[in-house]
Amino acid sequence: MQVTVEIWRYDPVTEESHFDSFVREADPTERVLDVMLAIKDEDDGSVAFRKSCAHGVCGSDAMEINGLNRLACQVLIQDLETDLIRIRPLRGMKVLRDLIVDMDPFFEGLKQVQPYFIPAEEAPATEYRQSIDERAAFDDTTKCIMCGACTTSCPSFWSNDAYLGPAAFVKAHRFIFDSRDAGDSVRSCFRPRRLAVAPASSWSLV
Amino acid sequence: MQPRTVLGAATVHRFDAIVVGAGGAGLRCALELSEHDYSVAVISKLYPVRSHTGAAQGGVGAALGNEEEDKPEWHFFDTVKGSDYLGDQDAIELMCEEAIAAVYELEHFGLPFSRTPDGKIAQRPFGGHTRNFGEAPVKRAAYAADRTGHMILHTLFDQCVKKEVRFFNEFYVLDLLKDGDACLGVVAYELATGEIHIFQAKATFIGTGGYGRVYSITSNAHASTGDCMAVCLRRGIPLEDMEFVQFHPTGLRRLGILVSEAARGEGGILRNREDLDNIGSGKDGFMAAVAPTVKDLAPRDMVARAIYDEIKAGRGIDGSGDTGSDYVYLDLVHLGEMVINTKLPDISHFSRTYLAVDPIVEPIPVQPTTHYAMGGIPTDTQGRVMRNARNEPVEGLYAAGEVACVSVHGANRLGTNSLVDIVVFGRRAGADMARYLKDAQFGHIGSEPDAFVRSEIDRLKHGGGKERVADIRKAMQSVMMVNSGVFRTEENLTTARDTIAELRQRYRQVGVGDQSDYFNTELVEAVELGFMLDIAGTIAESALNRTESRGAHSREDYPERDDKNWLKHTFISVDEDGQVSFDYKPVTITKFKPKPRVY
Ligand SMILES: Cc1cc2nc3c(=O)[nH]c(=O)nc-3n(C[C@H](O)[C@H](O)[C@H](O)COP(=O)(O)OP(=O)(O)OC[C@H]3O[C@@H](n4cnc5c(N)ncnc54)[C@H](O)[C@@H]3O)c2cc1C
Ligand code: SF4
Ligand code: FES
Repeated sequence: MQVTVEIWRYDPVTEESHFDSFVREADPTERVLDVMLAIKDEDDGSVAFRKSCAHGVCGSDAMEINGLNRLACQVLIQDLETDLIRIRPLRGMKVLRDLIVDMDPFFEGLKQVQPYFIPAEEAPATEYRQSIDERAAFDDTTKCIMCGACTTSCPSFWSNDAYLGPAAFVKAHRFIFDSRDAGDSVRSCFRPRRLAVAPASSWSLV
Repeated sequence: MQPRTVLGAATVHRFDAIVVGAGGAGLRCALELSEHDYSVAVISKLYPVRSHTGAAQGGVGAALGNEEEDKPEWHFFDTVKGSDYLGDQDAIELMCEEAIAAVYELEHFGLPFSRTPDGKIAQRPFGGHTRNFGEAPVKRAAYAADRTGHMILHTLFDQCVKKEVRFFNEFYVLDLLKDGDACLGVVAYELATGEIHIFQAKATFIGTGGYGRVYSITSNAHASTGDCMAVCLRRGIPLEDMEFVQFHPTGLRRLGILVSEAARGEGGILRNREDLDNIGSGKDGFMAAVAPTVKDLAPRDMVARAIYDEIKAGRGIDGSGDTGSDYVYLDLVHLGEMVINTKLPDISHFSRTYLAVDPIVEPIPVQPTTHYAMGGIPTDTQGRVMRNARNEPVEGLYAAGEVACVSVHGANRLGTNSLVDIVVFGRRAGADMARYLKDAQFGHIGSEPDAFVRSEIDRLKHGGGKERVADIRKAMQSVMMVNSGVFRTEENLTTARDTIAELRQRYRQVGVGDQSDYFNTELVEAVELGFMLDIAGTIAESALNRTESRGAHSREDYPERDDKNWLKHTFISVDEDGQVSFDYKPVTITKFKPKPRVY
């Protein structure tokens, strides 16, 4: 099928931005990322975006595709149900060039939730014991690949510099609800101020 | 913002130690170094959590014995046999013993492993891992659903954040600074600005991963371009065992996205077109005749060849006999929804997303995919890089992980052994660097250490070359897939070698259209292509040179393993004029004398 791909361009030297439009043949089962790579290979090598794993596990290529934040490698052309594809950089972050945004503040912000394991007890000789149910309580939030798609789709994040956004809660949840972790007290300074924490059972993320 | 030019002076940084690469190997090394009072920096072309370690699915191997009896000696034996006796047994023994502590350590760092009913780390069977020296499959792969690598990467990164490890993210290392036989640091290109940085260090670690992107069908990330293997080769360090490239039997058809061996560990069965009636029955498939004891859980090299044999005999699903396009089925239907959704959630998701195939009700179309580099930068068990086959080190240079060759994987890596490799040898390298740093001094770097890098960038950007990166890359990937893949002959390897040589000539005429200094990803892809061509050349040359079949290196014109002439490691070097030379190192054999490899 024929698709029209409009890609946001931003030049940090002139600080000028606009959409460039590319018309291409694409198979409906191709990933949006495949089409972008074909544009880069054949039409305009200077289009800049991040990519790596190409199957939705590394978090490099979160961008706004037809109005929704998604991973370009996880959306097939046919999923979009249109032949017009409009791609923009994530909102609420400083655009460095084209579709590449500055992710440093995102990663820096996460540090406020102490995003690492704080063990409840001295390490045993083998493993800490944890039941299958205890492990299941935080399973969803272990899956986060830190792509930033959630945080950058949140209007509060766009307007409030102090607000860390959902990815930080996901990271905090992953530890707060880990039965082996004792970081609650240190993370609680973050907890009540930012979010009324729902019980794990009602918290379905990712 | 002001435009900057790459012709200005480079920024110079000084650290006691630098770690290049922020995958599992690099992060584990950095954590070890953070235990000491040295200044350390990690330099990575990707944000750490984007590293390809995060894609690893199935598990990390260790004889914990949580599900059934297991011993490090059995793991040791399986790894030696899996390596087709080319692995060095001192290194393998050590890895299998230290694997246990390494896995408990990951758990103590907070890694959320899946659990047994009594709350221990859960384990599952994996290809080539057996009980009592080959009797039957054993549950040895410690796992976190089918996201084990993701959990390892994030857990190690979290610990680095805790230890306040210093990162230089999206810095691309392009060259090694050497003075005679000593390494003095690296030269890096900052992606955000196009600035050149010199990182001077007393000790340098390389953990930059594999080169799967040299081939057209691969499970590897776009970033897996073999950069620092090529950097070392260009700086006079030989590469070891480059002919051994692992093809994983089950990549999603056409895409190469991996379907972990865990799928067969949980009971998945491969089926050909004559076997369609058995889908969902749980009955044996074609692997039962190839490997009667372990069947679908035979090592990867054997399963990949068996699939190609089925296809060539016209028993592939479409029956065309073309190994490039035909495929077989991986049948999980009999495992049921519960097992598929809880133990193999990610791969089911990949199958649904990319092929619109739901493994709960229908089999997954699969074909072999380029997966893992057994060869690489030669090191000893302390992670020290060797500058020749006589075990003489490059002072101050270390490597571990997929980029390195210790060699624990020999001619064929067993599943789960790479994740063990990165944590065990990442840690060992870090520990030896800390020892080395006690008396080490900064070396003297010459006046223009970045001259080579600048001239390369200048040529690519301003040389007026008319060749396009994408054309050369596609030609390279397809010639390697067809001619240096699962089955090899003198004829097809010669084609591969000669084509790569021509492509290298064309590469001299490559031009990059993008003139920007800021996130010039077109330039990065051009540089990566240069590295990949060097790697492709060493693979084809080494494969042509080894006139036997062993592990993943399968020569149709030399179908037998030849221990008399080839029980040795290949060291390939390329001089400044492109002349290739070989040297050899004997295999270290301690407990297990080479035997025919049957399963
Ligand atoms: C899909 C898949 C599934 C797998 N499943 C398993 C499994 O279940 N069990 C198992 O044992 N193994 C598995 N493997 C293999 C294993 O995951 C890898 O071999 C291992 O993770 C490699 O780790 P690494 O640290 O060596 O390199 P990587 O994780 O690839 O990291 C490389 C790092 O180097 C950086 N880098 C690269 N080049 C440069 C440069 N020029 N300058 C600066 N930085 C650079 C990158 O940014 C990255 O941070 C799997 C592999 C794949 C592809
Ligand atoms: S929780 Fe947010 S940052 Fe994490 S994977 Fe989901 S969208 Fe990406
Ligand atoms: S490229 Fe890794 S998530 Fe899309």
